[in-house]
Amino acid sequence: MVFTLPEINFGWLLPEITVSLTAIVVLLLSVFFRQERAMTLVGTISLIGSGVALLFTWNLWGARVDIMNSLYTIDNFGTFFKILSLIITLLVTLVSLKYVKREGLIKGEYYTLVLLSTLGMMVMVSTNHFITLFIGLELMSIGLYVLCGLLGENVRAVEASLKYFLLGAFATAFLLYGIALNYNTTGILDVRELARFINSGEFSLTPLFMAGMALLIVGFGFKTASVPFHMWTPDVYEGSPTAITAYMATGVKAAAFGAFLRVFYVAFSALLAGWSSILWLMAFLTMTVGNVIALVQDDVKRMLAYSSIAHAGYILITFVIGDPSLSSSILFYCLAYTFMNIGAFTVVIMLSKREGEDTSLEAYAGLAGRHPLVALSMAIFLLSLAGVPPLAGFMAKFYVLAAAIKKGYYGLAIIGVLNSVVAAYYYLRVIMYMYFKEGEREQGRVDISASYSLVLFVSTAALFYIGIFSRDFLLLAGEAVGIFL
Amino acid sequence: MEILSLLIFIPLVGALLVMLLPRRNPSAIRVMALLWTLGEFVLSLFLYFNFDERVPTMQFQEKVPWFPEWGVSYFVGVDGISLLLIMLTTFLSILCILCSWEAIEDKLKEYYASFLILETAMVGAFCALDLVLFYIFWELMLIPMYLLIGVWGGPRRIYAAVKFFLFTMAGSVLMLLSILAVYFHYGQETGIYTFNILELYKANIPFPKQFWLFAAFALSFAIKVPMFPVHTWLPDAHTEAPTAGSVILAGVLLKMGTYGFLRFALPLFPQAAWASIPVMSILAIVGIIYGALMCLMQKDLKRLIAYSSVSHLGYVMLGIFAFNLQGLEGGIYQMLNHGISTGGLFLIVGMIYERRHTRMIADFGGLSKVMPKLAAFFLIVTLSSIALPGTNGFVGEFLILLGAFRSYIPYGVLAATGVILGAAYMLYMFKRVMFGVVTKEENRLLKDLTKREVVILTAIVFFIFAMGIYPQPFFKKMDVTVTHYLKYLETKR
Repeated sequence: MVFTLPEINFGWLLPEITVSLTAIVVLLLSVFFRQERAMTLVGTISLIGSGVALLFTWNLWGARVDIMNSLYTIDNFGTFFKILSLIITLLVTLVSLKYVKREGLIKGEYYTLVLLSTLGMMVMVSTNHFITLFIGLELMSIGLYVLCGLLGENVRAVEASLKYFLLGAFATAFLLYGIALNYNTTGILDVRELARFINSGEFSLTPLFMAGMALLIVGFGFKTASVPFHMWTPDVYEGSPTAITAYMATGVKAAAFGAFLRVFYVAFSALLAGWSSILWLMAFLTMTVGNVIALVQDDVKRMLAYSSIAHAGYILITFVIGDPSLSSSILFYCLAYTFMNIGAFTVVIMLSKREGEDTSLEAYAGLAGRHPLVALSMAIFLLSLAGVPPLAGFMAKFYVLAAAIKKGYYGLAIIGVLNSVVAAYYYLRVIMYMYFKEGEREQGRVDISASYSLVLFVSTAALFYIGIFSRDFLLLAGEAVGIFL
Repeated sequence: MEILSLLIFIPLVGALLVMLLPRRNPSAIRVMALLWTLGEFVLSLFLYFNFDERVPTMQFQEKVPWFPEWGVSYFVGVDGISLLLIMLTTFLSILCILCSWEAIEDKLKEYYASFLILETAMVGAFCALDLVLFYIFWELMLIPMYLLIGVWGGPRRIYAAVKFFLFTMAGSVLMLLSILAVYFHYGQETGIYTFNILELYKANIPFPKQFWLFAAFALSFAIKVPMFPVHTWLPDAHTEAPTAGSVILAGVLLKMGTYGFLRFALPLFPQAAWASIPVMSILAIVGIIYGALMCLMQKDLKRLIAYSSVSHLGYVMLGIFAFNLQGLEGGIYQMLNHGISTGGLFLIVGMIYERRHTRMIADFGGLSKVMPKLAAFFLIVTLSSIALPGTNGFVGEFLILLGAFRSYIPYGVLAATGVILGAAYMLYMFKRVMFGVVTKEENRLLKDLTKREVVILTAIVFFIFAMGIYPQPFFKKMDVTVTHYLKYLETKR
């Protein structure tokens, strides 16, 4: 029998291939070597692998092709999100090099699963086909279900894993059901064809189609952790290994927003009036609920979990507007958010210890006296999260608000800024503990090994750079959303 | 780099250098900080003497595109109003460094670095002619001030710092939205998208919209001034801040609010500003009288001075909203005066506090016998705060009242009662602290002023008399600007 491969230029898939190969190599190696030293080896390999993949992805910038019978698409939009997820993977892997050893996570699967989840993110943002999107989403999610529960001896980890798995399975089912309902009414699985069909005269909005759209919102709302589909977030974020929490809060969110954006801005852009009011409400709830609950948290990890919900709300502000040219601010926000959030979680990792993760606010008391540089970088991350200029977080909010004001969404803009004042309170609270209080009990020294410090340095530098030269990044994001125009 | 950029960024470089110095050498850190602020002051003197007072437009302009597609640029320049405020900033910064010499012993590097960053932000905010740039400097002021209060402040410093931060931030985020709304309005009207305020002054915003935009700006600036209903953060922040923090807060940061009205809120939304004269004037008068009454019953010296700031800033606002030459010039002059005399009062209270570790009026009495030098300085500064003729306060308050009378007589009459109350609370305080017999044993052994302190207070007193007896040089710098400014407001009525 002779197989004929379809005519594919595999060059387009180099990043995905690199990531998959690295994942496989890491898995094989970790089967043979199970000692602690091997973890560093496989960690380094996955670091190199994602670095190489990043370079390959970088070279794809500007390309716009459909391959494999339009099941897979390379365009700037996908490339932007792929670069972002690879950056996230790089940073998280870097942190993990040290973190897994401390937590005793001597399991090679760790890096394999991270890489496979990254592969899932890359797939789901670079397709216009619902089935490929679904495969990507599942690939991403299933890896994470396991990663959440890796700290198996901890009850909260088990809870996190189970909760994420059960609710996640429901959410994906909703998403799939939405796809099916849309397919049922239109017979189309390609996002662009769907758009063409909706714009043609033959289309009429049936209740079934609307139900399909609503289910898609539920599915994506779950993955982006938007209220009211956010219930899993705090527990899962809290119970997961902190490095994975950082990975979820940035990577999953960005990838889910990428796919969400592509589906709704391409396929359903003609039906904007229908979904934007629902999302308006979601944006309002997401910001407000996230911030208000974060106010009363005494645990920094949990506070960051709620704050990540609130940030999804800010992103939704621009989403609601439905203007393709303004949607670049969403991409910019995801980029800026990545660095401040991973940075903040890295400090959380540095401050907690193996014996029962101590992530309470008390642990931060007097940090500025003990470790001025760590405290300073945490302060920068928090101020950026609060949206203080000239950091990247400010510019991200600035562009989101500008979009809202431009299109006359004054209500949402006012809700957004008032929320950012509320948020400032709980971010400042951590700064207050670090700078204004003295540590009451004896705190051990914080582990300042190179892998953590490097992440802190890169993140702080990126926040200043992206904030001050936001133009370059916004224009890049503008090129990425060029596919909607 | 032109002179304004140097002025803005030199303190920032100083902050970085201070951070690099070794921690075990505190005097090097102090000297370094002092040298940088001195250099900054010399540079600002250079600016002052090169400023051409005959030109009404912005001078020393620098414009570098930053985000040209959005019309954001690094655009700075000064006119007669901002020039004087920059001088005030650089002058007070030196005194602040000097007065912290012995008072601050903890985390020196961070302290002086915060101070220098704060100076960058203040000078930057006074120079900025681009709304985004201004907003960045405006928000940047918050963080060092928050740290100054929170780290080096008094017992309730955390509460005060958080309150300060949240009040200011709540106001400024609404201003941000308003900035964006002006930007898009002008862009859609003319096709030119820019944050350049000289360009945006030309916008014709229809009235209801203009009113809301003005309200957002006014709220933000009113919180900073602080005007009557939103002043509550000020007494706490002042009371808890270290001496230098109080000086810079009263001396410069509050002026940021009144300056914001002058530079942004009034010229961007002139019709709304004209329409709001009654409301703003009445709030200003309420502030004057309420602040003064609160002063009469304060037990804490710093809190008393803080409330007197509410009262004095009420005068400034009244003068600005008189919308005539006397009122405006008086208002601007009073901004400088308040910086000097209230700054002086805070410095003196700080000096007493360093010796006695209390600020309660009841703990003192008869200090003039123990500390004659301090008493002399204190008296001069107090009289300047009361606006005795011959001191700077008189010139400012007189002009403001003149402006208020010309604008609407009842405003003038009401505001004038504040003058009497002002004399009452200041003299009453002075009497209780300085005169009488020494009742407390601890007070008998207090040391009089050191040389360093005499130098600081001499500088203050010099300006009190100079500005009181011979105000012409200062008015000359702002005359053309203010006349031009008024003409502009009249045409937009």
